[in-house]
Amino acid sequence: MDHQMDRRRFLAGTAATAGATAGAIVVLPFGSASATPEAMAAAIRKVVGDTPIREGRVSLDLPPLVENGSTVPLVVSVESPMTEADYIKAIHVFNEKNPQPGVFTARLGPRNGRAVVGTRIKLGDSQKIVAIAETSGGQFWSARADVIVTLAACLEEAT
Amino acid sequence: MANVLVNAPKTAKRGSVVEIKALILHPMETGFRPGPNGRIIPRNIIERFTATWNGTEIFDMEMSPAIAANPFVSFFAVASESGTVGLRWTGDEGFVVEERVAIAVE
Repeated sequence: MDHQMDRRRFLAGTAATAGATAGAIVVLPFGSASATPEAMAAAIRKVVGDTPIREGRVSLDLPPLVENGSTVPLVVSVESPMTEADYIKAIHVFNEKNPQPGVFTARLGPRNGRAVVGTRIKLGDSQKIVAIAETSGGQFWSARADVIVTLAACLEEAT
Repeated sequence: MANVLVNAPKTAKRGSVVEIKALILHPMETGFRPGPNGRIIPRNIIERFTATWNGTEIFDMEMSPAIAANPFVSFFAVASESGTVGLRWTGDEGFVVEERVAIAVE
């Protein structure tokens, strides 16, 4: 399947380049704008700094097999009492192969009662998604999930 | 001219936790896709979604182009007192939409 994805991406890129007129801005093929696992790691470091990230407390729900990458439901829930003394301050979600590593950052507080955030995201390829929760005490907890995408977002022609 | 769909309970018990779901019509154009003429379509996304309860901010979300078109967000809130939940979306090209829902707390 990887092979087929590469071919599609290549075709999309070629079409983009061919369409650009001479002297206009150079249009890069879609593939070259992808984030990488390294870019994701860098983006995560930017958020957490040198604090160690621990596995657990966070659960990341999204379908393991996605037919259409344009809308993928995602729910992040974090175990927390959500009291004034101990609550989840922020939830960050990252991906490794979309054009940019960041997906969203949600800021919460004790007034939320439950540290649960749901949304729908786009996935440009089969990849790993990482959710990181920041507690009021400055700790970081994480969860990761692998998703297989059959039809990627972004590749279809806009109309 | 934006269409917004908000799902929140009309009434809630004091101190209970309620779920608020919000959906807004928006293309969330990533800025990475070529259009029919081969040129990249400029980015047009919602960058931020915030929620307030009687004016106090309770939830905030920074979005990226990786959020699906017609962004949907669900979150929870403690029903502390009767009042208005204010939702606000802001984004590229001066996009600002506000919506309010009333929740009665008993």
